[in-house]
Amino acid sequence: MVGHPQTAIQVKNLTKTFPGMEKPALEDINATLRPGIITGLVGPDAAGKTTLIRLMAGLLLPTTGHIKMLGFDTHMDASSIHDITGYMPQKFGLYEDLTVFENLELYAKLHGIKGDKKKDVFEKMFHFTSLKPFVDRLAGNLSGGMKQKLGLACALLSEPKVLLLDEPSVGVDPLSRRELWQMVQDLIHQGITVVWSTSYLDEADQCEEVLLLNEGKLLFYGPPQELTRRVQHHVFQMDVPPEKRRLVLSHLLSRPGIIDGVIQGNKIRLVCSPTFPQSSKDPAWHSIKPRFEDAFVDILGGGPGGTSVLADHIPHKKTSGMSSIQANHLTKKFGDFTAADNISFSIKRGEIFGLLGPNGAGKSTIFKMLCGLLQPTHGKALVSGLDLKTATSEARSHIGYMAQKFSLYGDLSVKENLNFFSGVYGLFGQSRQEKINQMISIFDLNPYLNSNAGLLPLGFKQRLALACAVMHEPDVLFLDEPTSGVDPITRREFWNHINGMVEKGITIMVTTHFMEEAEYCDRIALIYGGKNIATGTPDELKESVRSKTTPNPTLEDAFIKLIEHSDVYKKERGGE
Amino acid sequence: MIQFSWERFWAYFQKETKQIVRDPSTFLIAFVLPLLMIFIFGYGVSLDAKEVPLGILLEDTAPTSRSLINAFLGTPYFETRTGYDRTALLEDLTAGRLRGIITIPLDFSKNILRGTPAPLQILLDGSEPNTARFVLNYATGVVSNWNVQQILERTSSYIMPISPEPRVWFNPDLNSREVLLPGSIATIMSLIGTLLTALVVAREWERGTMEAMMSTPIRIQEMFLAKLLPYFLLGLGSMTLCVSLSIFLFGVPFRGSFFVLLFATSLFLLGSLGLGLLISSATRNQFVASQISIMTGFLPSFILSGFLFEITSMPWPIQALTYIFPPRYFVTLIQSSFLSETPKELLLPNLGALAIIAAVFLIFAAMKTVKRLD
Repeated sequence: MVGHPQTAIQVKNLTKTFPGMEKPALEDINATLRPGIITGLVGPDAAGKTTLIRLMAGLLLPTTGHIKMLGFDTHMDASSIHDITGYMPQKFGLYEDLTVFENLELYAKLHGIKGDKKKDVFEKMFHFTSLKPFVDRLAGNLSGGMKQKLGLACALLSEPKVLLLDEPSVGVDPLSRRELWQMVQDLIHQGITVVWSTSYLDEADQCEEVLLLNEGKLLFYGPPQELTRRVQHHVFQMDVPPEKRRLVLSHLLSRPGIIDGVIQGNKIRLVCSPTFPQSSKDPAWHSIKPRFEDAFVDILGGGPGGTSVLADHIPHKKTSGMSSIQANHLTKKFGDFTAADNISFSIKRGEIFGLLGPNGAGKSTIFKMLCGLLQPTHGKALVSGLDLKTATSEARSHIGYMAQKFSLYGDLSVKENLNFFSGVYGLFGQSRQEKINQMISIFDLNPYLNSNAGLLPLGFKQRLALACAVMHEPDVLFLDEPTSGVDPITRREFWNHINGMVEKGITIMVTTHFMEEAEYCDRIALIYGGKNIATGTPDELKESVRSKTTPNPTLEDAFIKLIEHSDVYKKERGGE
Repeated sequence: MIQFSWERFWAYFQKETKQIVRDPSTFLIAFVLPLLMIFIFGYGVSLDAKEVPLGILLEDTAPTSRSLINAFLGTPYFETRTGYDRTALLEDLTAGRLRGIITIPLDFSKNILRGTPAPLQILLDGSEPNTARFVLNYATGVVSNWNVQQILERTSSYIMPISPEPRVWFNPDLNSREVLLPGSIATIMSLIGTLLTALVVAREWERGTMEAMMSTPIRIQEMFLAKLLPYFLLGLGSMTLCVSLSIFLFGVPFRGSFFVLLFATSLFLLGSLGLGLLISSATRNQFVASQISIMTGFLPSFILSGFLFEITSMPWPIQALTYIFPPRYFVTLIQSSFLSETPKELLLPNLGALAIIAAVFLIFAAMKTVKRLD
């Protein structure tokens, strides 16, 4: 029954249609995945990545066509599939009220692993994941990175031949992401076949082959380099004065022939179309090595352009005067635990300030104190010069807030959400109606006015959430992981609006796990163990970790190095 | 058929048990909820009317009228208040502070002494028909007793033509608690039985663990049984609690067979748990599942089981409806177990009905629990 040795997974004429959906979730997919490598599964949201992984795991049945995993048909031999595959679903599939050990034991027993073999496998897993010190901790009390490792260990216990990982790194910090990646690399050396679905395109770059899906169709299948080669010689980088970078980017993106552009610290990265006239290239542009993301945006038809209709409608705020957000020795204690320890910084008007840090570092606590959702134990938080403790509601009227999960009411229609939020922020009468109509036209919400917000495509959800957060024209906008799980195209559209608003004098405070997003920030504070371990521009942070071994550090390198060098980290690791 | 593995079953069973022990909400549902409800039914709900406030308007203060008033004061069923101010008493009746007013008119004792019929007015608050009916019947009863006494006092040789000798079976004191408490146990059990399992499968869906379990070699039968059994045992625990409280705290006599009660409870629990699993697998959402459980578990057991509302006095479509809900049979079995040895005529049909319903729910639930996402 075993198929060709060069074939691990065969996907043939695969189509999957869900009842009630007009378009198929997957349409006529054909691919032959090689054994012993990592195959990346990439694509924008709703491309069909999760559906494909679930079909491979035998959890869904194909509408037409079939998938063979090491020769076993996912439909006919579903139980054999479950014996040879390890599957880690998006939420890791852990029982949060069981301990680390109990989770592992459950999976071991379900796979019939016992006796000496169990002991060996457990030892191996503990070594592999360095979870040994935490065996008796409830899975629910683990950090995101540790949960992810435990989820992986559970999927690996049965020593599967095929490992299916569905977005294992969403919401996980760069440090944990890198560790996970190394763990999976080790597995490859043992001959396991891995399918890794991801929205992080730097991960896709490192896969041996990628399947690129868009709206249920296979756009590309092959080594990522092959796709990247298409934009070779068309990717450039240019230095710009920091204070002008947003304006320059916006102008560049409006020019025909520019496919994509992003800010990278004090540089702008551009992807041009092959037809872009040589003559109009600036001598300041250096040709650089393309990465997968450049090619990804290219094959999907380019980024969303550079103008923000939203920003065009916002009047200029005064940029002079005092700082917009100020944290004075902010400390927050929960019992004995210090979640934020003496944090101080000040953010100028019209500045983008990023809070970065691993899961559980205290970012959210600081963030919540600054927008008035948490009372600090010591210290003061000021917004536009107003103390959040004494002038709470006045200070809050200057604040707009958009959270990770898009703080929308999923059961209300788009129109009702707009009505509700405008009312909450104190808009009424004529001006309220005008503002709502303006938002509808700016964000193109007309076709969805009467649909429930929960059912919108992700991109539109994001637009609506942003619309609700800025309707009252706040001076300060708080963004809590605003583009987590969102694809690069949608993220670019989002940052267009943000950049435009900053140019109008609005202040932005953002938390993120995406280093690409962090590059848009004017300044970053790196939080770890409740402490501010580094503050600076993205380029300053990169510069601070430059060494012989990493001559060209990325922001992710900087993130990891700075944390590894911090006292807290040394103490924690040393104590084990 | 794929082989059933006791090892996998046992592993999943242990996991489920640990979760029960660690999750305070399961204990809340299984032990605190029944405790609360038993106390409410035991202390709070009573269909016996006692000390109903009654007003007597005295327009006539002669000794004869006094003697009638004493008859009213002597009964525990009324809390009697006498007054001379008609307006004040009427106000109290309107405000609900009195349930009825008896007016003894000015010429009351004169009429009696004269030997002519003496009319007595009874005013009732019809906004609570049951109480009004009760007040009317008891007041009439007190008056006719008094009448007889008056006759006996005057003519010692008078013999009553008919003398009824009432004897009440099963519940000689007509104590409604002895019927209500066992009946309420059925309501409690159907609520917690359905609620317990309705939440567990939905929770696994919500947390994404179901998806992970489905991709392991566990068979659907193993998972199904391992989910059912711990909650079945837990349910029996709640039942033991309810029955013990009724017997030892509230002093409800238990005259039947514990074995019959255990058997009936087991069948009923299997049905409720099966219904819960069915709801849970179908909705995959804890909030919706708990709403539906209350709709399908609690409400019918409260309204359609016959423990509070007499089934025979319902219109026939509703009566027909009571047959498809298990509480009807369970209430009969529990109440009869408490009050007497359950007679064969009640035992077999009711147990049979419970068994059929349990089987239907379990089969549907098992069919709905599939190892696939679509």
